[in-house]
Amino acid sequence: MRVREGSRIDAERVVRFSLNGKAVVGRKGDTLASALLANDQRLMGRSFKYHRPRGVVTAGSEEPNALFEIGTGAGQVPNVRGTVQEIFDGMVARSQNCWPSLERDALAINDLMSRFLSAGFYYKTFMWPQAFWEKLYEPIIRRAAGLGALSGDEPVGDFDKAWAHCDLLIIGGGPAGLMAALTAGRTGQRVLIADEDVRLGGRLDAESFELGGMASTDWAREAAAELDSLPNVRVMTRTTVTGAYDGRTFGAYERVSEHLASPPAGAPVGTFWRIVADRTLLAGGAHERMIAFPDNDRPGIMQASAVRSYLHRYGVAPGRKVAVFTNNDDGWRTVDDLQAAGVEVSALIDTRPDVEPGRDVRTVTGAQVVATRGRLGLESLDISKPGGGRQFISADCLAVSGGWNPSVHLTCHMNGRPIWRDDIAAFVPKPGAVPGLEAIGAANGAFSTHEALRAGADAAGGGEIPAAEDAPVNVTPFWHVTGVKGRQWLDLQNDVTVKDIKLAHQENFRSVEHMKRYTTLGMATDQGKLSNMGGLAVMAELTGQPIPSVGTTTFRPPYTPIPVAALAGRAHRAHFAPDRYTPSHQLSEERGASYVEAGLWHRAAWFPQGNETTWKQSADREVGWVRGAVGVCDVTTLGKIDVQGPGARDLLDLLYTGKMSTLKEGRVRYGLMLREDGFVMDDGTCARLGPDHYVITTTTAAAGEVMAYMDFCAQVLKPDLPVRFISTTEQWAQFAVAGPQSRALLEGLLDQGLNDDVLPFMGYLPVQIGDVAGRLFRISFSGELAYELAVPTRYGDALIRVLEDRAKALGGGLYGMEALNILRIEKGFITHSEIHGRVTADDIGFGRMVSPAKDCIGKVMSQRPGLHGAERQQLVGLRAKDGALKAGAHIFGQGKRASAENDQGYITSACTSPTLGHLALAFVVNGRARHGEQVVAHDGLHGTDIACEIVDPVFMDPDGEKMRG
Amino acid sequence: MRIECPQCGARDVREFTYLGAAVLADRPDADATTEAWQDYVHLRDNPAGPHDELWHHAMGCSAWLRVRRNTLTHEILTVTMAQEDRT
Ligand SMILES: [Zn+2]
Repeated sequence: MRVREGSRIDAERVVRFSLNGKAVVGRKGDTLASALLANDQRLMGRSFKYHRPRGVVTAGSEEPNALFEIGTGAGQVPNVRGTVQEIFDGMVARSQNCWPSLERDALAINDLMSRFLSAGFYYKTFMWPQAFWEKLYEPIIRRAAGLGALSGDEPVGDFDKAWAHCDLLIIGGGPAGLMAALTAGRTGQRVLIADEDVRLGGRLDAESFELGGMASTDWAREAAAELDSLPNVRVMTRTTVTGAYDGRTFGAYERVSEHLASPPAGAPVGTFWRIVADRTLLAGGAHERMIAFPDNDRPGIMQASAVRSYLHRYGVAPGRKVAVFTNNDDGWRTVDDLQAAGVEVSALIDTRPDVEPGRDVRTVTGAQVVATRGRLGLESLDISKPGGGRQFISADCLAVSGGWNPSVHLTCHMNGRPIWRDDIAAFVPKPGAVPGLEAIGAANGAFSTHEALRAGADAAGGGEIPAAEDAPVNVTPFWHVTGVKGRQWLDLQNDVTVKDIKLAHQENFRSVEHMKRYTTLGMATDQGKLSNMGGLAVMAELTGQPIPSVGTTTFRPPYTPIPVAALAGRAHRAHFAPDRYTPSHQLSEERGASYVEAGLWHRAAWFPQGNETTWKQSADREVGWVRGAVGVCDVTTLGKIDVQGPGARDLLDLLYTGKMSTLKEGRVRYGLMLREDGFVMDDGTCARLGPDHYVITTTTAAAGEVMAYMDFCAQVLKPDLPVRFISTTEQWAQFAVAGPQSRALLEGLLDQGLNDDVLPFMGYLPVQIGDVAGRLFRISFSGELAYELAVPTRYGDALIRVLEDRAKALGGGLYGMEALNILRIEKGFITHSEIHGRVTADDIGFGRMVSPAKDCIGKVMSQRPGLHGAERQQLVGLRAKDGALKAGAHIFGQGKRASAENDQGYITSACTSPTLGHLALAFVVNGRARHGEQVVAHDGLHGTDIACEIVDPVFMDPDGEKMRG
Repeated sequence: MRIECPQCGARDVREFTYLGAAVLADRPDADATTEAWQDYVHLRDNPAGPHDELWHHAMGCSAWLRVRRNTLTHEILTVTMAQEDRT
């Protein structure tokens, strides 16, 4: 019921939205919860496990009950707190956990079966028979339990990620945070103040305090206005600091347009911030505790502070007849504020026998609430009188104040454990738990407004503070009533009762972490902000320990739930990773190429022609061109590193197993790099362009790794070597020209002869292509007479078109990765399919490439016993007559069972060659000595057994006559 | 976590790649004993506290850095270029 003006409400502006399909009218400034309360709707959802009717308990982000799905279709967001969601025109909200309707929920039957669903029920009730778990129990439990649902569709709207840096981060804009921000802001520090609420002020606009001679809500407004005017202060509202991380870095989630009917174009739904702060003040306030009593979960029972929040902020009385139940002086304010607003207060119930509240209201001290009534909302309650006996009290709202818990959560994110303070019966943050962070105000257990202002000013350098109330809370701990029947709820979101804690204790789950997992207390999306303390207190009673000895559970980020999409930001779909396109990409597009992703690169896999319908038809044709005429292929993606300086040769000698220092100018050598543990890291070519100038290539996959490792060798191992190197992968477009007609093609293009005297096999020649200086290497990855021609990347597109034209004229054309793969398998050339990190130089038959004349990375360790010889799996070829071989198949002797102990090796690469049939490269135990042996390739995945013969891995031209020309 | 690169200033840990303990900088000679090599390649201390490590500013200036980090708190104690203090 709306009873008065609210500090946040624009009474003139009506907002229309829907809840469960029914139209609801609120006012601008309402949250979903305040709008529903203004419409006298106390029932807001059903509980997680028992589907009990539940209403709103809080007025903030700690809300356990009032959860809604907001939006429709792909934009549907589950588990939205009605206390946080601002209403907007056209908003569609649905209650969660209810079917067919909020008022009549079929699964409320769970409540009647509660004795089967008590703590640990899924560890016991559904344990047997085991086979039923997956098919029967789990689906039923999942349907019955659980909170809101996702649509399953691609989310609409984008999220952003952003960084912020400041001298002073202030978390929370209540009295402590505001005072600190003003004090620091006036001194010119770069201040960032973040508050999860829609405006700064915290409790200042939820209470009826005086502050600095004016209403506290007005003071907060003026303070916020001054902060807005300071250029060195950044105010971030609707921004929850969600986590504390190493290096004084904090995570924060800003709700940018979740509350807008029509967000501005381009605005994200929300932004995930990483904030780096030299210093941080945690001024996150405190959460009011509830008290457990029988059936304390009926809609209408809520925090006393929440009742005051609704009254002052939204002008809403959550009930027409309100009772107050408290164990501290703070609760009394609720009576004053309600009465001042003309709301009937039916009783003030204080658990303390020896207090005199002095309010003009029926007051019972030393009393407890022992029963409540009302099917879908509170109607009345019974209290126990001090001398015995019960008293009936009529109330449709019960404001409960069990004391305050400082919001210590962020101070626990880096393993800090909070400290118990008996005087306030609460945990406070451990100083220094998060480096650079200091807790102030209510977050540090200083609950009065004066204390908060003082702490805020002092933490920011000191200074004057305005006059404010300084009343003590005077709490006497009271956690739950005893000696009465009925379920007393601790964790409203996960439906955990006092009895569940007792059961955990009885079954010896007494450690706080065991108790938590056994009962699920505090494991819901609110992380037990309201419930953990109650659970700890009950366990303390049961074990006869003080609360600090029981301990606390670990709070983890995020402080409040944030959408996973916000953590992803825009890094999904096309923006998940960068795309790298080759210089021939435009031409490949024109030729209708299909692509294969190689790291970030998109490489053309084949170029379909005519009526070809499969990749194999195209690839076989392209293989035929290379073997019979000439093919052209983009090999730009291979890593290229330009190495220069007098120390270049020494660095390369250290990196490669071979002796690159003896390489002559104008020559190219194949090279192998090991890791320091003796296994192969990468292979490639090394060309010497000048006296102190080399260009090396890496595989596409290992380009980054090799570059980083070269940096390591040059900077860390050999810091005195005069050598510099740089990746030029993207600066040079490089194309393979391969096949018997390749020389003719290039001689025509370059207008010069290229016989063996001019450019021998494994030679390098600087060339001119028109006005463009290029590099020509005579190297072959196909086994044919072949070259690789490199030009600056900006000429790559022009060059590939010329090369294609000339290849066509000679009876060839473009070839892609599939053809390249067949060509290199036919020739027994390895890729990272073979050098996959578990093979040695000897395994691939290159043991002799480890030069005895010098040291190199990995040399010593490669000589260890067990890394070479007959006991190892060695590279071999396999040929099959009947059926294609597949990579991943394992090799077994003929007639042997396919078992681990009979395993002889495995296939790393396989193809069906258009001319040589079914081929594969494989590693087989002692394979080099087993050429000619018949074995079986067993593919458990495809269920095939293919007979094949072990052969030399070089299937064609073993002496290399073709490529040597 | 943030690392103060001597060349680039304080940067988020995402820009850096971790290699391992800084003893990796002390590569044995080729004729060192098998034990020395075994120790260098495989055996590492696992201190609870300050630990010297090698980090690569891969997404920055490509410098290899010697970082002293408290393994208990992730506090970065010192950062130098890897080859500094090498004699
Ligand atoms: Zn750097």
